[in-house]
Amino acid sequence: MINRLTDSLDFQAQALTLRSERQRIIAGNIANADTPNFVAREMDFASALREATGATTGAGTMAGAGVTNSAHIPLTLQSAGALALKYSAPAQTNLDSNTVDMDRERASFVDNSVKYEATLRFINTNVRQMLDAMKSANQG
Amino acid sequence: MSLFKIFDISGSAVSSQSQRLNVVASNLANVDTVAGPDGKQYKAREVTFQTVMMDTGDGSPAAGVKVAKISEDQSPGRKVHDPSNPSADADGYVTYSNVNAVDEMVNMISASRSYQNNIEVMNTAKNLLMKTLQMGQG
Repeated sequence: MINRLTDSLDFQAQALTLRSERQRIIAGNIANADTPNFVAREMDFASALREATGATTGAGTMAGAGVTNSAHIPLTLQSAGALALKYSAPAQTNLDSNTVDMDRERASFVDNSVKYEATLRFINTNVRQMLDAMKSANQG
Repeated sequence: MSLFKIFDISGSAVSSQSQRLNVVASNLANVDTVAGPDGKQYKAREVTFQTVMMDTGDGSPAAGVKVAKISEDQSPGRKVHDPSNPSADADGYVTYSNVNAVDEMVNMISASRSYQNNIEVMNTAKNLLMKTLQMGQG
């Protein structure tokens, strides 16, 4: 029963974790903007989120630990730690072989922080709705 | 929590950039120094950055940055014909340092912009963390 209340939060929690991961990756790129031979990394957020939330609904269960009975609890992969990072292609070549595109990194950084805040707001609204639903009618 | 690591990453970048700014300041200060009695003039210095992988605890990489080396520019110093100068050699030439002021100014602006960028990254991470602390409070 309590699952029903927290299931919708699980998705947002995964999204929030991935958003903070992506924020860290972009911070690493910005920090290495002047490092020779540095290769910029990027994360495919949509597929990472699909993978992370798929694991919680049973689609990404661990190999060899199959569920043969409806009462079994599926073993899920902790996907947040093993992210498949990609390399971002440079828009322009650089003499020192650095592939950080500062304009794009800045844009991604702002985009990611706005979406992080949006996810936080989703969680807060969800919590408030649950609290409202728990209140009795005479509590206002 | 990945956001805490941002302070380490951007912190390493800020300290590296400030070291770069330090070297630029040293070069600019010595732009007009002449060679001493040993004939050796000041040589322009330049920093080289290197990525340093940080341990995040969960196996995913965090790319910080550090100053790998500070190298000296080996090109010959600027020679000016000034026989009345006490530092002039037998032919009347004075050897100044090989610092190129324009190069150094470009380097300075680049370092200062990178520094600002990383400070802003840290500020954003701090704001996001403060909002995360208030999660669930309505």
